[in-house]
Amino acid sequence: MARIDLDHIRQSYVEHPRSPDDYALKEVKHTFADGGAYALLGPSGCGKTTLLNIISGLLRPTEGRILFDGRDVSALSTQERNIAQVFQFPVVYDTMTVRENLAFPLRNRGVPKAEIDRKVAEIIDMIDLGDWADRKAQRLTADQKQKISLGRGLVRSDVNAILFDEPLTVIDPHMKWMLRSQLKVLHKRFGLTMVYVTHDQTEALTFADTVAVMYDGQIVQIGTPAELFERPSHTFVGYFIGSPGMNVLPAKVEGNLARIGERTVRLPGRPGGNAAAITELGVRPEHVRVGREGMPVAIAKVEDIGRHRIVHAALDGHQIAAIVPEEAELPAEAHISFDPAGINLYADSWRVEMGA
Amino acid sequence: MDKTWNNKAWFMVLPVLVLVAFSAVIPLMTVVNYSLQDTFGSNVFFWAGTEWFQQVLGSPRFWNAMGRNLIFSFIILAIEVPLGILIALNMPRRGWGVPVCLVLMALPLLIPWNVVGTIWQVFGRTDIGLLGYYVDRAGIDYNYVRDPYDAWVTVILMDVWHWTSLVVLLSYAGLVSIPDAFYQAAKIDGASRWAVFRYIQLPKMNRVLLIAILLRFMDSFMIYTEPFVVTGGGPGNSTTFLSIDLVKLALGEFNLGQAAAMSLVYFLIILLLSWIFYTVMTNREAGN
Repeated sequence: MARIDLDHIRQSYVEHPRSPDDYALKEVKHTFADGGAYALLGPSGCGKTTLLNIISGLLRPTEGRILFDGRDVSALSTQERNIAQVFQFPVVYDTMTVRENLAFPLRNRGVPKAEIDRKVAEIIDMIDLGDWADRKAQRLTADQKQKISLGRGLVRSDVNAILFDEPLTVIDPHMKWMLRSQLKVLHKRFGLTMVYVTHDQTEALTFADTVAVMYDGQIVQIGTPAELFERPSHTFVGYFIGSPGMNVLPAKVEGNLARIGERTVRLPGRPGGNAAAITELGVRPEHVRVGREGMPVAIAKVEDIGRHRIVHAALDGHQIAAIVPEEAELPAEAHISFDPAGINLYADSWRVEMGA
Repeated sequence: MDKTWNNKAWFMVLPVLVLVAFSAVIPLMTVVNYSLQDTFGSNVFFWAGTEWFQQVLGSPRFWNAMGRNLIFSFIILAIEVPLGILIALNMPRRGWGVPVCLVLMALPLLIPWNVVGTIWQVFGRTDIGLLGYYVDRAGIDYNYVRDPYDAWVTVILMDVWHWTSLVVLLSYAGLVSIPDAFYQAAKIDGASRWAVFRYIQLPKMNRVLLIAILLRFMDSFMIYTEPFVVTGGGPGNSTTFLSIDLVKLALGEFNLGQAAAMSLVYFLIILLLSWIFYTVMTNREAGN
C-alpha cells in the first residue's frame, strides 16, 4: 500500500512531440492518497488507460516522475513496483486450472506453498468459483474468466496498489453489481489503494470516494460524486456526468443577470473575475422547472423513463432538457425557469465562481 | 427444422463431382485395377488377386524405404518445429521489420521444388558449389555423391532450408493473435520468460502447430522431387524414400502391378498416420 504521486506526467506516442496536440496525456499532476478508492472517469481516448499503464509501469512516461511513498519509481519495472492490474478483457492462462491461475502470481514470487494454498482458497471463496477450482480455465465463460483475472489481482495482499482498467465491461449487469460491492468490501477490509478506470459514470460514482474526470488528455476535475454533480468545473464534466447531461447555453453576464438571447435570468450572485469572458451558462435538467412562468419554450419531445419524465424543448433555438416528476402536468404553452442554486457560469469552458 | 427437398440441387454439385471424378476417383480406381491384375501389355489382363500386395509387404526393399522415410520425417520434424518456433518468437511484431522478415521467410516456399533440388545439388558440389567447396577446403571430408551420411545431411539441410519457413509463418500467425493484455498481465504477475512461453505463447500456438506438424509430416513422407534431383536416391539406395522407390518400380522396372499395390499401401499408411497424429493431438487438446 502506498501513496502515489504523479509529478507532471506527460505522455506522447509521437516520436518528437511539438504541439500540445501530440500528447495523449497533456500534463497530469495528482496524488492518490494511501488507501484511497479512486475512479478515473472519461470517454474512450481521453488517456485514462494510458495514465493507468504509466502508474503500473507498463508504459514509461515521456516526461515527469512517479513516486510511491515519496520514492521515485519512474525507472522501475512493473514487477519491481509491485502493482496488481486487472484488464478490460479477461486474461487467463488457458492450460492452468482456476486454482493454478490464482496461485501463479504468488508462485512467481516464491511465496511458501502453505501460504499460497491459504490465500488461493480465500480468493476462490470470494469470487465464488469453488465448484470450478480444479477445472481448466479455458472452459469457463467470459465473466468467470474475468473473475479469475480479478482474483489474480487481489491474491497478493502486499501490493502497492490495485489498478482496474474497465474490469466489468464483459460482465453482466447483475454480476457487475455484486463484484463492485465485493471490491468495496475488500477496499474497506485491506485498505488498499485502488484506482478504477471506467467510462461508466454509475460505476465510477458508486465505487470511488474520489472521482477524477479526464478529458482530452488531462484531469479536468477531481472531487466527490456530489461535487462533480453540483459544481462541474468544466462544461465537459457537466455534459459527461448526469443523464441527460447539463444544459449548456450561450450567455452574456451583466451584473447579477445573465442574458440568453433576448431572455434574462437572475443569477444567485455576481461572478468574480472577468465577467466579460463568460460565454456559457450551465444548468442541469434536474434544476430546470417546467410551468407557466419564466421563458417560453417549444416542447419537442417527452421521454417517460419510469421514475420521471425528460422534456426536450427548444429555447430560442437552443436545445434544453428538463427532468419533471411523473405526475406533473405540462401546460400547453410551456415556460421554463432555472433553480438559481443550480446555475453555473463558464468562461472558455471552465467554471467561474459566483460571489454572494 | 423443415427441409425443402429439391432434386435440382444435385445439379449444383455436379460440376465438382465430375471434376473430382476425373482428377481423383478414376485415377485411383485405375490404380486399384492394376493392383489386382497382371498385364503383359496389349490390354490383356489376368486376375492376380492379392499377389502383388503379398509381394510388396513381403519385400525388404519396401520396408527399408519405409524405414528410411520414417527416420527422415522424424528428423526433419525434430529440427523444423523447434527451430521454426524459435525463429517465430524472435521475429519483430511491429515496424518495418515485419514485412522484411515475412518476405524473407516466404522466399524458400515460393521456389519450385525441382529448382530447390538443383540449387542444393550445385550448392553442395565440392568442385563448384559454395557449400561443398568451402566445407571440403576446411578439411572436412564431404561428398554427398559418394558418402551416404553426407547425402543424408545434405537432403535434411535442404528440407530444413526449404520448409522451416512454413512452421515459422504458422507459428508467427499464432503469436501475433495473442492480445497485448496477456503479456502485460504476465508482467504484472511476475512471470519469467519461460513461463510466458509455456503458459501463454505455446497454448496459443497449439492449433497452428498441429497443422504445421501434420503438413510437414505428410509432405516429408511423400518427399520426391528434391532428393531425386540432388542424389537420385543414392548413393546406393541410401536416400531412396518411398516415393522414389515407387517411381523406380513403376517406370524404371515397369512393374505396374506391384507398383500399384505399393502405392495403395503407401496411400493407406499416410492416411492412417495422419489420422493418428490428428486424433492424438486433438484429443490431447480436448483432454486438457
